[in-house]
Amino acid sequence: MADELILGGRTFRSRLFTGTGKFASRSWIPKMLAASGSEMITVALRRVDNSGQAENILDFIPPEVVLLPNTSGARTAEEAVRIARIAREAGCGNFIKIEVITDVKYLMPDNWETLRATEILAKEGFVVLPYILPDLTLARRLEEAGAAAVMPLGAPIGTNRGLQTRELIAMLIENCRVPVVVDAGIGRPSQAAEAMEMGAAAVLVNTAIATAEDPATMGRAFGLAVEAGRLAWTAKLSDQSLSARASSPLTGFLD
Amino acid sequence: MEIAIRVNGQDEQSAATTLSGLVAERQLATRSLVIELNGRIVSQADWPTTRISAGDVLELLNFVGGG
Repeated sequence: MADELILGGRTFRSRLFTGTGKFASRSWIPKMLAASGSEMITVALRRVDNSGQAENILDFIPPEVVLLPNTSGARTAEEAVRIARIAREAGCGNFIKIEVITDVKYLMPDNWETLRATEILAKEGFVVLPYILPDLTLARRLEEAGAAAVMPLGAPIGTNRGLQTRELIAMLIENCRVPVVVDAGIGRPSQAAEAMEMGAAAVLVNTAIATAEDPATMGRAFGLAVEAGRLAWTAKLSDQSLSARASSPLTGFLD
Repeated sequence: MEIAIRVNGQDEQSAATTLSGLVAERQLATRSLVIELNGRIVSQADWPTTRISAGDVLELLNFVGGG
């Protein structure tokens, strides 16, 4: 029985989502995707730069990889909705990562504007993946509003500090009906594995892969870690104990 | 004859009369390119028949790398 993740009508065999930001060279992106097996990748939307590159970011993403545009730059729900509609017009699908941020120091998402944007965009038929500071009450409202998943941060974007919000993520995993995708702050494959062992449906990793010296190999490492963590969760980890429980028999000792 | 328009926040001159003319004038690749004319998205199918006028405000938008 395949352990696939179904999101927005698409089936994902890999539970590692990735991002296109911060690569030293965009030519790493297709190599990273091939090595990691990631099947969904984020992009941003910006004004066309006349002086800039001839190649479109899409030239670096194989056609079978699902595009997840983000609403980065949006400071309000209205701005996020505008960006989402523009992104959909580009013709690469209707998945949208809602990212509404006014905090420049920690890039904390504005949970309230994110909820408002979700309510509007879910009604317009988008597959909405809201990026949030984990909060169970908010997550329930996002589900009611029609979010396809919730994407709680583990730590602030780009900090590589791991699952600082793990207790709150655990609450979401235990109580949400929609998939919980840990997005932001995962800095090592072991942290991605930890999220999956906890029961997250998937993780989204950008900085830790893109800024590694070898992003392709790091992508592979994350792919393996996500698979390992997911297998461990499905195999049902055994419990912890304070005192030792012997691994070898306590009888029949030699004299 | 050139007209004064505002493109991506900058005041510019254009000899184009339609959106497709503007795209050609700027030699823009059209893949996933989206145009907002005076705050409204105009589909690529409508670019050849959508005229531009002096004072128009345009946003030319496309995907870039991001997380």
